[in-house]
Amino acid sequence: MLEGGGRLRNALEVEGLAVRLGGADVLRDVSFSLPQASCLAIIGPNGSGKTVLLRALIGALPHSGRIAWAADTVFGYVPQKLDIERDLPLNGRDFLRARAALAGSSGAMQSEALRSVGLAEEVLSTPIGSMSGGQFQRLLIAFALLGRPNVLLLDEPAAGIDAPGQAQLNEVIHRLQDARAMTVILVSHDLSVVYQYADHVLCLGRHGSCFGPPRSALTPEMLYQVYGQPLRFHVHDHSSPGS
Amino acid sequence: MSMITHHLAPDLAAQLGSLALSALMAVAAGLIGSFAVMRRMVLAADPMSHIALPGIGIALILRLNPLWGALALLLLGAVLIWAVERRMRIATEAVIGVTFAVALAVGSIITSGEELIDALLGAPGMLTPWEVVFGVVGSLIVIVFVLRERNALVVRLVSPEIALTSAVNVARLDLYFLLAFALTIGLGLRFLGVLLMGSLIIIPAAIARRFARSLSTMLTISVVVAVACTAAGTYVASLAGRPSGPFIVMVAGGLFFLSLLRRREA
Repeated sequence: MLEGGGRLRNALEVEGLAVRLGGADVLRDVSFSLPQASCLAIIGPNGSGKTVLLRALIGALPHSGRIAWAADTVFGYVPQKLDIERDLPLNGRDFLRARAALAGSSGAMQSEALRSVGLAEEVLSTPIGSMSGGQFQRLLIAFALLGRPNVLLLDEPAAGIDAPGQAQLNEVIHRLQDARAMTVILVSHDLSVVYQYADHVLCLGRHGSCFGPPRSALTPEMLYQVYGQPLRFHVHDHSSPGS
Repeated sequence: MSMITHHLAPDLAAQLGSLALSALMAVAAGLIGSFAVMRRMVLAADPMSHIALPGIGIALILRLNPLWGALALLLLGAVLIWAVERRMRIATEAVIGVTFAVALAVGSIITSGEELIDALLGAPGMLTPWEVVFGVVGSLIVIVFVLRERNALVVRLVSPEIALTSAVNVARLDLYFLLAFALTIGLGLRFLGVLLMGSLIIIPAAIARRFARSLSTMLTISVVVAVACTAAGTYVASLAGRPSGPFIVMVAGGLFFLSLLRRREA
C-alpha cells in the first residue's frame, strides 16, 4: 500500500515491505523511517533488491506492507544508467522542456536547473543518446529538479562515471540537498560516499538487513553479514556525517 | 464532402476532397509513427494492423461496412495487447506478434476472395459520408492526442519510472497510445488496406529518424514525408488507373532506401 500520510512527521515510513517478482522474494520485511531533509543511503550486494526497493517506493512495483510518504511529497527520480539509443532524436532541450511543461516550470527554471548541476547550455542541443555518462546523469538530476521535488531518489547516480566525475556529482547532490532541504535516498556501492554524506544507511543483504546511522549500523560484522565476505574500508575522521 | 462542389465539378471536387482527407490521415500517421519508431514498435506496427482482418470478416457476414468491423477489432486488439502486456509484463512486440497470428488465422477463415484482397490492399471507389466523417474526426483525434501528450510521451519514452514520478499516468498513456495507433491503422483501411497502412505509419518516421536530432525535426520530417508519399503515390496511381495504396508505400519505401545513402554522423 502506497499512501500519502496526512499527519506524517517523517518524510517516509516503511513497515514490513515485501516485494515478490517472478515467484521469488526480492525484498522481505523491510522497515525503516526517514526524517525530513535527511539523506538515506541504500547499500547491498548485486541482486539484493536495492533498485527494486526504490521502484517500490515510487509505486512502480506491486508490493505488500506499508509505504507512507509525507502528504506534500514531490518526487524527483534519477534511475540507474538508462539504455538510450545513440540515434534517438531527442535532445536535452526536448527532455527538459517536457518536464518543465508537465510541472508548469518556466524557462528560467530550466537554466537554473542546468546551472545547479554544472551543465553548460550546449547540452540543450545535444541528443541525449550522444551525451557522456556524466552529462546524462547530470541532465537527469536537472530534469528531476524541474519538478521542484522535496524528495530526491537516485539509483547509483555515479555509476559508469570516472572518479573525478563521481566526486563532482556527489558534491552536486549534497549541495542541492542542503540548499533545498530535500530528503535524499540514494543507492550506492561506495561506502566512503555513505560515510561522507548519509545520515542513515539501509543495508540489504542476503541474510538480513540493517538500518541506522552509518557509524553505528555499518559494523564489520554487519558488513560481513550483508556482503557475505569481509570488507575493508577507511573512515576519514575529518569528514563528519552530513558535512 | 462533395455536396458543396457537386454541381460544379463533381469528379474534381471528389478527388480534391479525397486527397485532402488522405493528407490529413498522413499527418496523423506521421505523428503517431514518430513515437512508434522511437518506442521500437517498428516490427509491431505491421502485425498489429492485421488484427483488423477478423473484424472485416465479421462485418461482411453481418452486412455492415467492413470499416466498422475493422475499427472495432483494432481498438479491441489495442486494449487486449495493453492488458496482456501490463498483466504479464512481457514485451509489446511478443504480445502483438501472437495476437496477430491468431487474428490472421481467424480472419482468413471468415474472409475470402476479393473482399480479402480489398481489405489487405485497400478498396478504390467513392467514400461514404460516414467514412469521410470518420476519416476527419479520427485523424484529428490522433493529431490532437500526439501534440497534446507529446511531453508525457517523451518522458515515458526515456523511462516509465521517471514518467511515473513526473505525474504521468503511464498505464493510461500507454493505453491511449495503442488506441491512437490502432485508430490510425483504421483510418488508412480504405486507402491503403490493413497490409499497407502499417507501412505508412512506420516508413516516414523511420526516414525522419535518420535525419532528425530533435523531437520537432523528427515530427516535422515524418509528417512531411508521409503527406508527400501519399500525394505522390495517389497521383501516380491515378495515372496508372490502379489503387493508390501500393504506390504510396512504394514511394515511401523508395525514399527510405534513398535515405540510406546518407551516412549518419557518429
